Amino acid sequence: MSTRNLAKDQPDSFAFTDEHKARIKKIIAKYPEGYQASAVIPLLDLAQRQEGWVTKPAIDVIAELLDMPVIRVLEVATFYTMFNLHPVGECHVQVCTSLSCWLRGSNDVVKAFNDKLGIKFGETTADGTVTLSEVECAGACVNAPVVAVGDEYYEDLTYETMSKLIDDIKAGNTLAPGSAVGRQGAEPEGNRTSLTTDPTQTTPIQDLAVAKQKFEEAQEAARKAKENP
Amino acid sequence: MPKLTIDGVEVEVDPSVTILQAAEQAGSEIPRFCYHDRLSIAGNCRMCLVEVEKSPKPVASCAMPVGEGMVVHTKSEKAVKARNGVMEFLLINHPLDCPICDQGGECDLQDQALAFGNDKGRYVEQKRAVKDKYMGPIVSTIMTRCIHCTRCVRFIDEIGGVAEIGATGRGEDTEITTFLEQSLTSELSGNVVDLCPVGALTNKPYAFTARSWELRKTESVDVMDAVGTNIRVDSRGREVMRVLPRLNEWINEEWLADKSRNACDGLKYQRLDQPYVRRDSKLQPAEWSEAFDAIAEKFNGIAGQKIGALVGDTVDCESTLALKDLMTALGSANLDCRQDGAAIDPSVRASYIFNTTIAGIEEADAILLIGTNPRKEAPILNARIRKRFLAGGVNIGVVGEAADLTYAYDHISDSADALAKIADGSHPFAQVLKDAERPMLVLGMGALTRADGAAILGAGYAIAQSTGMVSGDWNGFNVLHTAAARVGALDVGFVPGGGGKDTQGILEGASSGDIQVVYLLGADEIDTAKLKDAFVIYQGHHGDAGAHVADVILPGAAYTEKNGTYVNTEGRAQLGQRAIFPPGDAREDWAIIRALSERLGKTLPYDSLEQVREKLRETSPGFGHIDDVAITEWEQFGANGSIEASAFTYPVSNYYQTDPISRASRTMAQCTQDFVMGKTEKATGTHG
Repeated sequence: MSTRNLAKDQPDSFAFTDEHKARIKKIIAKYPEGYQASAVIPLLDLAQRQEGWVTKPAIDVIAELLDMPVIRVLEVATFYTMFNLHPVGECHVQVCTSLSCWLRGSNDVVKAFNDKLGIKFGETTADGTVTLSEVECAGACVNAPVVAVGDEYYEDLTYETMSKLIDDIKAGNTLAPGSAVGRQGAEPEGNRTSLTTDPTQTTPIQDLAVAKQKFEEAQEAARKAKENP
Repeated sequence: MPKLTIDGVEVEVDPSVTILQAAEQAGSEIPRFCYHDRLSIAGNCRMCLVEVEKSPKPVASCAMPVGEGMVVHTKSEKAVKARNGVMEFLLINHPLDCPICDQGGECDLQDQALAFGNDKGRYVEQKRAVKDKYMGPIVSTIMTRCIHCTRCVRFIDEIGGVAEIGATGRGEDTEITTFLEQSLTSELSGNVVDLCPVGALTNKPYAFTARSWELRKTESVDVMDAVGTNIRVDSRGREVMRVLPRLNEWINEEWLADKSRNACDGLKYQRLDQPYVRRDSKLQPAEWSEAFDAIAEKFNGIAGQKIGALVGDTVDCESTLALKDLMTALGSANLDCRQDGAAIDPSVRASYIFNTTIAGIEEADAILLIGTNPRKEAPILNARIRKRFLAGGVNIGVVGEAADLTYAYDHISDSADALAKIADGSHPFAQVLKDAERPMLVLGMGALTRADGAAILGAGYAIAQSTGMVSGDWNGFNVLHTAAARVGALDVGFVPGGGGKDTQGILEGASSGDIQVVYLLGADEIDTAKLKDAFVIYQGHHGDAGAHVADVILPGAAYTEKNGTYVNTEGRAQLGQRAIFPPGDAREDWAIIRALSERLGKTLPYDSLEQVREKLRETSPGFGHIDDVAITEWEQFGANGSIEASAFTYPVSNYYQTDPISRASRTMAQCTQDFVMGKTEKATGTHG
């Protein structure tokens, strides 16, 4: 990560859509009066959803809406790396390269992008459709390696499955989020290795007194066998 | 009251204080960077770590409230080791450029690294480098030095009242900046330089001109506004290098307004360093004796009532008194110190001073501002009102044009006629004032300089009376002056004597021929076009408006070049001290008048400054209480009359250029361009 600044080329203006304006009202109403500045993160997120990235005019509009100094909004926007301060392609692919994903092959995932689209981290394809970003832990280590596209996660990727996903993105196909190996959640790949018994069957309750008696009887028998060979 | 033990000393402290403050009471000083008495607590530098018994980890003492029975060690091995570690981390990214850093020699980081740091750094990786930020013509930045204490962020937000600095990014990439590197618009922005514990924010005009240890420090008083801010003038040789604030809880706490701090370069330009006499309609250099001869020749046989005298806004009381005595000796009653024609009643002292006192603002619970924009007229006083506002429970009303004062207020009316309604109780704000325990009003020069100024003064008196502003030890009637010399000159009595003409009268008289000689003592804020036909003697330090129309120029001393008494808007007499000598042939002003009086055969009865001051003390009791406000009797004043229903015009339209010194200052010219003309230039890439 390096210093995050606003983009040089900025649009002239920004206005929330009517739908977003209605949502903003609801968001602000969640906070006590005088604390409307708390709504800055959801509002920045809405602006990003609308434009794809956080523009300077959007920051100005939000500061105005929440009656807070514009520098305070900028502080929040630059603090969270999830806010894009530069334009991104329609498809913003965020590849996790933190430890678990890296151990499970995130380098191959990145290589797929280099090979298929010829883009590296921070780059956008020439047609402006796909932007590749490197992110820190996406919080899906169990299904590593993982990439996020928009709000969806694509998990258990390999060079091949990522390449296929890229083909789908290029072709404009609907993507199927989730695991590439058919996992439903965070269960182990293949068969389970624990909790293998049927939980509906009653498990025998161990009677410690009986066990102790059996143990003592066995010891007694062993002692006798030793004395009388 | 919790009791705790700090370094073996048992102290009993207020439950609201932190360990750091308690340690100060116990006599243990704890190092700190981010903590500052007058700012909110951030707790992010970790330099103030101390060991608290039964606490598993070292504790940041600036942010930790005291508890009953705490045992604190500030110098134990654990505490020292913890601070040593913090210091090592701070220095990881701090450049080792002390030899070229303006903060060198007065740097908190330097001092504390010496006391708590290691002699060697163990860090061998690349250091972080940060791009410098543009913050305007007053503050220069070298952001690689920043340790992110956020003092500047908190100051501009809390005291300055304009949240313009912030910390963007995070972690190692945190950067202190203004929004898109815009200039700081606060009139107190220079204070971030003093607050910065390292050399990240430095004084831009002063950059690379001097080292702190080669400066001679002189404690003095500022004259750029009527607040009387306590300053320290740092000079080298015959040059004032910079001006810094001096602690005075009654007036400026520890802040200094930008003009007072940065107009000092104006002392170097446009100076009058030798006498001039107009010959063949051109001002030509002359000797003192020639200048005096020219004056004596003119005064010879002239009637006293044909002479007028005006004193300017930055003149010391000693010179004012000397000129008054000289004029009286010459038989002239045409004296005035009110260049702006303010309808001030000089006979009642309570009617022209800030009776509440600046520190007293903190006790007020309702404030009515009339025809004044204190942010421009007295930024330090405005900061006090903001401090009161932030403490909560105060109603502020403004009669006058709505302006950004850095606090919320009730905008009563643009127009002056609202005053009559408040006075007779028909306006709802009158009830607010009545309900308040300690209400106060501030009459600005924007109100008193109008043609109906006397009636407005009367309305101010009526409001004070009808809402109970004066009771017991509380006096809520205040006048906010814009001129440092004004209250002192009024105390001296530099106002028209019996049958004498005031400023307007003198100017009219000069154009009609009734007044033949006008003596301007540093008076530049007048319509000098009216003085064309009169013989004008200008005594002052800058070649400004007054000097341009002069027939004889007597070069005087600026406020840093003479010992003088100044009375601030509260009526507090303070002593300014000479930091450097006046340039060239210029002399201290009272001495010039004394010498001239001898030449005119009206020798004034004092030969030393102390004798003048003796006379001052006889003239007005206020001069006997240096640094203190004399008790002032409350009497009736002001005139009844109709108030015109028109808007007030604030006296200060350009905060950065209000007097000859600031008009000659290049820094103030740059500020004017940036803030008043609305043009913001980006940094050129070079500092300073």
